[in-house]
Amino acid sequence: MSDESRRFERRIAEMPPVADEIVSTTCYMCACRCGIRVHKKDGEPVYIDGDADHPVNRGVLCAKGAAGLMNHRSPARLTAPMRRVGRRGENRFEAISWDEALDLAVSWLKPIRDEDPKKLAMFTGRDQSQAFTGWWAAQFGTPNYAAHGGFCSVNMAAAGLYTTGGSFWEFGEPDWERTEYLVLFGVAEDHASNPLKIGLGLLKSRGVKVLSVNPVRTGYSAIADEWLAITPGADGLFVMALCHELLRTGRVDLDYLIRYTNAPQLVIQAPGEADDGLLARDEAGAPLVWDRKRRTPVAFDEPAAAPAMKGEAILPDGRRAVPAFELIARRCLEDRYSPDNVADRTGIGADDIRRIAAELAQAAFEREVAVEQPWTDSWGRRHDRTVGRPVSMHAMRGVSAHSNGFHTCRAIHILQILLGSVDTPGGHRYRPPYPRHIPCPAKPTGKPDQIVACQAMPGLPLGFPGGPEDLLVEPDGTPVRIDKAYSWEAPLAIHGMMHAVIANAWKGDPYRIDTLFMFMSNMAWNSAMNTTGTAAMLTDVDPATGDHRIPHIIYADAYQSEMVAFADLVLPDTTYLERWDCISLLDRPIGDPDAPADAIRRPVATPGRDVRPFQDVLLDLGHRLEFPALCAAEGGPRYPGGYADYIVNHLRKPAVGSLAGWRGADGGDHGKGEVNPNQLEAYIANGCHWRRELGEEHRFYKFANAGYLAEAVGLGLIDRDTPITLQIYSEELQKFRLAARGHGVHRPPERDRGRVETYCDPLPFWYPPFEPARGEFPLHAITQRPMAMYHAWGSQNAWLRQIHGHNRLYIGRPVAEREGLEDGDWAEVESRHGRIKARVAVTDGVNPDTVWTWNAIGKRSGAWALSPDAVEATHGFLLNHLIDDLLPVREDGYRYSNSDPVTGQAAWYDLTVRVRRAERQSAPSEPRLETLEAGAPVVGTVR
Amino acid sequence: MTSLPQGAGKKLGLVIDLDICVGCHACAVACKSWNSIGAAAPLSDTTPYGPEASGVWLNRVHTYEVEDGQGGFTLHFPRSCLHCDNAPCVTVCPTGASYKRARDGIVLVDEDLCIGCGLCAWACPYGARELDDATGVMKKCTLCADRIDNGDFDEADRVPACVRTCPTSARHFGDLGDPESEVSKLVADRGGAAPMPESGAGPVNRYLPPRARHAGPAPMAVGADAGQPSGFLDWLDRVLSD
Amino acid sequence: MRPAVSLVLFTSLSGAGLGALVWLGALHALGLPPRDTPFVVTSTVLALALVVAGLLASTFHLRHPERAWRALSQWRSSWLSREGVMAMITFAPALAFLGGSIVAGPGGGVLAPAGLAMVLCAVGTMICTAMIYRSLWTVPQWSNVWTVPCFLAIGLAGGALLVCAAASLGGAPVPGGLLVVALLAPPCAAAVKACAWAHAEHPAGSDLATALGMGDRLRGGRMLEAPNSSENYLQREMIFHIGRKHARKLRRSALVVGVAAPMALLAAGALAGGVAGAALTVLAAGCGLAGTLIERWLFFAEAKHKVALYYGAERV
Ligand SMILES: Nc1nc2c(c(=O)[nH]1)N[C@H]1C(S)=C(S)[C@@H](COP(=O)(O)OP(=O)(O)OC[C@H]3O[C@@H](n4cnc5c(=O)[nH]c(N)nc54)[C@H](O)[C@@H]3O)O[C@H]1N2
Ligand SMILES: Nc1nc2c(c(=O)[nH]1)N[C@H]1C(S)=C(S)[C@@H](COP(=O)(O)OP(=O)(O)OC[C@H]3O[C@@H](n4cnc5c(=O)[nH]c(N)nc54)[C@H](O)[C@@H]3O)O[C@H]1N2
Ligand code: SF4
Ligand code: SF4
Ligand code: SF4
Ligand code: SF4
Ligand code: SF4
Ligand SMILES: [Mo]
Repeated sequence: MSDESRRFERRIAEMPPVADEIVSTTCYMCACRCGIRVHKKDGEPVYIDGDADHPVNRGVLCAKGAAGLMNHRSPARLTAPMRRVGRRGENRFEAISWDEALDLAVSWLKPIRDEDPKKLAMFTGRDQSQAFTGWWAAQFGTPNYAAHGGFCSVNMAAAGLYTTGGSFWEFGEPDWERTEYLVLFGVAEDHASNPLKIGLGLLKSRGVKVLSVNPVRTGYSAIADEWLAITPGADGLFVMALCHELLRTGRVDLDYLIRYTNAPQLVIQAPGEADDGLLARDEAGAPLVWDRKRRTPVAFDEPAAAPAMKGEAILPDGRRAVPAFELIARRCLEDRYSPDNVADRTGIGADDIRRIAAELAQAAFEREVAVEQPWTDSWGRRHDRTVGRPVSMHAMRGVSAHSNGFHTCRAIHILQILLGSVDTPGGHRYRPPYPRHIPCPAKPTGKPDQIVACQAMPGLPLGFPGGPEDLLVEPDGTPVRIDKAYSWEAPLAIHGMMHAVIANAWKGDPYRIDTLFMFMSNMAWNSAMNTTGTAAMLTDVDPATGDHRIPHIIYADAYQSEMVAFADLVLPDTTYLERWDCISLLDRPIGDPDAPADAIRRPVATPGRDVRPFQDVLLDLGHRLEFPALCAAEGGPRYPGGYADYIVNHLRKPAVGSLAGWRGADGGDHGKGEVNPNQLEAYIANGCHWRRELGEEHRFYKFANAGYLAEAVGLGLIDRDTPITLQIYSEELQKFRLAARGHGVHRPPERDRGRVETYCDPLPFWYPPFEPARGEFPLHAITQRPMAMYHAWGSQNAWLRQIHGHNRLYIGRPVAEREGLEDGDWAEVESRHGRIKARVAVTDGVNPDTVWTWNAIGKRSGAWALSPDAVEATHGFLLNHLIDDLLPVREDGYRYSNSDPVTGQAAWYDLTVRVRRAERQSAPSEPRLETLEAGAPVVGTVR
Repeated sequence: MTSLPQGAGKKLGLVIDLDICVGCHACAVACKSWNSIGAAAPLSDTTPYGPEASGVWLNRVHTYEVEDGQGGFTLHFPRSCLHCDNAPCVTVCPTGASYKRARDGIVLVDEDLCIGCGLCAWACPYGARELDDATGVMKKCTLCADRIDNGDFDEADRVPACVRTCPTSARHFGDLGDPESEVSKLVADRGGAAPMPESGAGPVNRYLPPRARHAGPAPMAVGADAGQPSGFLDWLDRVLSD
Repeated sequence: MRPAVSLVLFTSLSGAGLGALVWLGALHALGLPPRDTPFVVTSTVLALALVVAGLLASTFHLRHPERAWRALSQWRSSWLSREGVMAMITFAPALAFLGGSIVAGPGGGVLAPAGLAMVLCAVGTMICTAMIYRSLWTVPQWSNVWTVPCFLAIGLAGGALLVCAAASLGGAPVPGGLLVVALLAPPCAAAVKACAWAHAEHPAGSDLATALGMGDRLRGGRMLEAPNSSENYLQREMIFHIGRKHARKLRRSALVVGVAAPMALLAAGALAGGVAGAALTVLAAGCGLAGTLIERWLFFAEAKHKVALYYGAERV
């Protein structure tokens, strides 16, 4: 038979077009926000592929993105608003109409707003519209708002923002094209899922060395040229040891340190005094440096200065001071950070550490790269080329999710700064709108006097404290916020502490709330620490009142997640293909180092269910609650067109709105500009995104690039064009420390003093995670993101669940041999907090003291519209049952949140366990929570 | 008869770079997704929301831990049809449903002829064929013939779905019969190899082995030009002594 | 390999049927008894019935039996196709033989040539069946010199027992020559099978390193994660696990049920004679067939497919 006569060949030749329409929008199978093309047939999406013109993913799609259709078609989609009819947690509901649902919500929310808006805790999880939801909370008048950053990677964000004005995460990225050396610290996947992969592919094909520091050797670590199996929680030691080596051998970029960082700035040495450890400043407030030629202090930004980098200076008023550089050098050169002394604790050999330090130095200083592009710095100095140190780093939750993550992450940034590589060609580059000034000018809102019944707060709940005066505490030091963010317990909790909300609200510490309003966060399962306990708290009844301790729970989800079962009122959201969304520069933007960018998501399918986009619902609720900002002068809703209307017409500041592209009446303005009624059309015509290339001269050294800073101000990315000085020494932290030492009017309560003094160290340091691995629980237990699954919500996906239907606990061979465990055996895993039963797999690619598993594969029986005996429930398991939400009891009986003491970041990866062969060698995994009334969330019919 | 085309000049195939494959499964899912609407559609799933879901995939990504005597490494290995020169799956087929295209060497199944006997899957050394439960016919990677031949598509989209989607660019598509093609050069440069060469099936696809690791800059003597520090940052005095 | 009932039945039943045809044709060609018409009719019909049953069973293996006829088209390249074609062709001499026997009675002129042709076709068909497996490089337990002899020997042994059973139905004692053949065939088949089993112990040639195409570079390795957490078609179809202990037990029972028992029953039948003798002889044939079924189940169950290497097997 000839090929041509084949029926299959004819099928190919005569194949009808697979789509009658191809539309672009933005993926939301994860937070990476890639551009997708949705192929539609007869009005229905039938195929999704990557948008080759999109700046984030350039056509590629990850496994989740490519499987998006199956989430969109998931049987777990919620179909109508629901009111609880069964016990809380039982998952029995009746369908109600939207009017009933909104009336019910108003009946709970209105009295709170009229009386004490704090009694609303609104937490929005993996929200991509935080610029809007945070604003909504402020309009309500509650400070109790945050999204998921606090349990995600706030250590990363805070350390970065307070050190470089940028960060890893989605604030910056390696200069993929020019870097000569990349170090990954604790990255399995990250939010920049596709860009990282694109970049790694590029580096590998360029033959650039990739070093992965990670207890586990999978994914990116598998393709790294070198893998260092670090012991969890020890990165700070390793990095400090690298700094130690570089400083000892003089392999640091002095010019860079002198020009762009506060290394030369003089730090007052006056033990016991109120200004000890603050920067010496002139009358104008400018930090001083010691001019070693003129032998006198001069202002830091005086271009002619020849600053000293060590040695004591006597200020005109007689106070003593030393350059910050001396302080950081002394810190790093302490014996405890010598390679020999950190080797054991890090699990990395001293010779390896010295070699890596040498490799970094060699890449930075002997492979200097230059872009032939002149530029001008903030002091007017013209540089005829742009020279860079081609060493880049990227760190994520492996560093972040520990109770010592803030300082570790600061250490990494200091390492970058010592090498002179931040935002230079080949180094770690900011993605605009970063860098921002340090500290970012926006302060958190929610001081006691900023919370007034029936009024909006004067600013947004989240911001950046510059010192004790910016904390949100009562005069006696009690936290104002339900999650205790911005209190002495977590002064730089700049993303809030979502993981503490339920426990605090249940305990009434610091107070009781009335309504817990959540969006897009599976807080009763994988985003909870102490999952079993959390479920109990959510259902617990106060014997005094006979009512639930958390009286009302409103939850907006798109799918039948574990959390839905605990709501009293369920507001069903649309899927990501059915709504407008705005990926705004005010929020978590998608820019790349060469260009700020933002994007939209637009409806490409109609729901056919009684569901509404959550943002529309919030606007409606705000109107019903009579927020002035959401009511038109004539009395109707301010944004009758819903969220799309808000995106286009809402102004945050004069000329600054949700989207930066095509502003102004004619769409000719970018960045700032008046409202353009046709803005969304312009986005759609451009593949749903906007990207504006920075001027050629503005792409590096952005913190001190006069042209960039001016351009950024023009685009509305930052407020002023003064240079941003990189902070190897953190004066902000020192201010908190001084308060702990009894200085100033804002002082921590006795209980928190020692803690604040210790951890608000202006210099990075390493301390063991609060849950060390020794004695009874000798093994670190961590999770990794599976590349083909997104937290909990991938399991409803018919394709993805075939890849990861259940998980195993990976244990190293020595552990397996010690405990007599073999591949496939069932084991009991115990922590100081709890016990689970899980199946093990033996691996060679893991740090010997570590066990790990894929995150969030285990599901509660009955959730996600899966059959109750789904493998996710019978063979999958969740490590979260083992993670306590609180630290062990202190002598005074108090228990702090299981978090970083500076930022409040949840310390997921501090967990330590022991593993033994289980008595019963068979399924199911444990704990086995009661099956949720499966697949039938709706009782009754929609009226 | 199901003869194999002889000496076909053109040999379309994939080249997969194991040095940079991170095992993300994107290619596998993109393949599944495309083949749910392409000419060979659909690929069925059984009990998709039941106790266990199982379905047909034309590309699957394995993860191995291997020993090389130098500490070992983790290897991700995507596995799909290799469009073999001597495709045993074609010659065993009793109906002639399996065939290898003369013009480019792609191995396909004419689903309208297939009786679902499963013999070709047995004959394939690479596990590249899966019988579809719903349609009762044999499924296999088509090398996205329905994309590369698709006149409706832009040129840029006329590549296999898995290649188009691979985030690390570990997958390459081209003519391995032409020594001058990009893919052939890659194979030559990187020592591309065929899996299980002893099968005699003559796979066309090639895998590029992981490169020698630790290929960073040569370690440098520590403190080469810093001298032996005797006090606190002496080097600083020297450097700043101008 | 998954021991599909359809294939176990197909190869066992049609093997025995074809084996019987071989003996029938041979008896006639050599002019040996029994040659009476009732015997020829019963035995030929019985043999053909088994062949047909086997072929029918095999269609249950097809997901599109309505297209089964297409399977005859690729006889130039596919052993499965050849098997089908040969099986069809075998019907011609077999029916001629049967018809000839009915029309012309024993000793009819067509019987000897038809018988001879039937022998050749049946043997050819048996070889084709065996070659389906013999030609699969992917399954080392199959793709070796012993597969064809095994199929032939086991088919012939089963066939001999069947012919004896048919002969005993007439009430007369089974002729001595036939009896000797039927007593010798099972142990011979067992001996051949034993060689095949011994051969299977040889380490096979592929391991993970070759499977990944990395030859000498790798010293070892294992699967850390399968591409899918739930079983897929390949795992179900080609990675069938049967415990070694279990397999050994089944091998023994195949020998007891398929060799020792028939021999004993046959001998007892010959001694007993009459109705009891006939019953024992029929039982012997039944046992032979049962033994073949066990052997055939093991033939699949014990066979490892090379694809198992990708799913964690060490060496195939
Ligand atoms: N052990 C352990 N626990 C962890 C982590 C870990 O590494 N290890 N990581 C932590 C981190 S960093 C995070 S961010 C959290 C993530 O944990 P979660 O925030 O709980 O994340 P998800 O499970 O992805 O999704 C939350 C909810 O969003 C819903 N959802 C999905 N799409 C939509 C939509 O379009 N609209 C609406 N309204 N809802 C939608 C889903 O149905 C789901 O119920 O987990 C944390 N928990
Ligand atoms: N596919 C997929 N992508 C996702 C997500 C998802 O669920 N699925 N979730 C998104 C979210 S919310 C987030 S926050 C990001 C998180 O992105 P990542 O930070 O990449 O996510 P994790 O899986 O938490 O990875 C942590 C890594 O750190 C390692 N690790 C653990 N402890 C230590 C340590 O002490 N030191 C070092 N050096 N390494 C350590 C772990 O082995 C793991 O490889 O991913 C986002 N992207
Ligand atoms: S990384 Fe994947 S899931 Fe996330 S947005 Fe991009 S394509 Fe979608
Ligand atoms: S998409 Fe690319 S990187 Fe991902 S598994 Fe496939 S080949 Fe590997
Ligand atoms: S890989 Fe398997 S299916 Fe593909 S051509 Fe080779 S033998 Fe046939
Ligand atoms: S399953 Fe189909 S393609 Fe495969 S051998 Fe049988 S008839 Fe041929
Ligand atoms: S070429 Fe097409 S059919 Fe083959 S594996 Fe890639 S996507 Fe699947
Ligand atoms: Mo996260």
